[in-house]
Amino acid sequence: MITVNIQYFAILREQRGLARETLTTAATTAAALYDELRARHGFTLPRDRVRAAITEEFVAWETPLREGQTVVFIPPVAGG
Amino acid sequence: MFRISNEPLDPAALQRTLADAHAGACVTFEGWVRDHNDGHPVLALDYEAYAPLAEKEGARILEEARAKFAIRGAICVHRVGALKIGDLAVWVGVTAAHRGAAFDACRYLIDETKSRVPVWKKEHYADGATVWINCATRGEHATGVKI
Repeated sequence: MITVNIQYFAILREQRGLARETLTTAATTAAALYDELRARHGFTLPRDRVRAAITEEFVAWETPLREGQTVVFIPPVAGG
Repeated sequence: MFRISNEPLDPAALQRTLADAHAGACVTFEGWVRDHNDGHPVLALDYEAYAPLAEKEGARILEEARAKFAIRGAICVHRVGALKIGDLAVWVGVTAAHRGAAFDACRYLIDETKSRVPVWKKEHYADGATVWINCATRGEHATGVKI
């Protein structure tokens, strides 16, 4: 098990009801963590419409998670 | 320079920072909050950003524009927070020796910003509904799936 920090934005923040949390998880990749959170909190966005970021950089879904990292899931963007 | 701003944008001040004796052209783009989307009256917008990553991705877009087009200066600033109709949401300014590169780079910067930078927009409609744009899934409010 590892402990990671998660920040939520936009629709994910509203569906989680939190802007950030610290979580101990058995997930070993960003993908597994999103799937775990989606199942627990009922996120409507499937993983293929979301991107993952670790320590302020976009990463591939299969990127391994390490203790203490900050993970952010990026819903479809809509600037401008 | 690419920046996320919690404060209202000042186009005149931003443009002054681009002043350059070698530039023969300055092209600017302003994105304004519009009172409708996909046939629905819009009352207001909330913008939200993951600022550290937004500014990194924005800096990459500016570097790409410098590599693709013969430009001198380039700035993009995106506002976040609660905005009302007519407010300035995003400002892009590009200078170049000649207008062609400035027009092309300005278009590139706003297009890439809209498609890649982690900024989100929530629309508030006259009927009280709200939608995170581009985030709807099947069966939800049609406006949300419009790209």
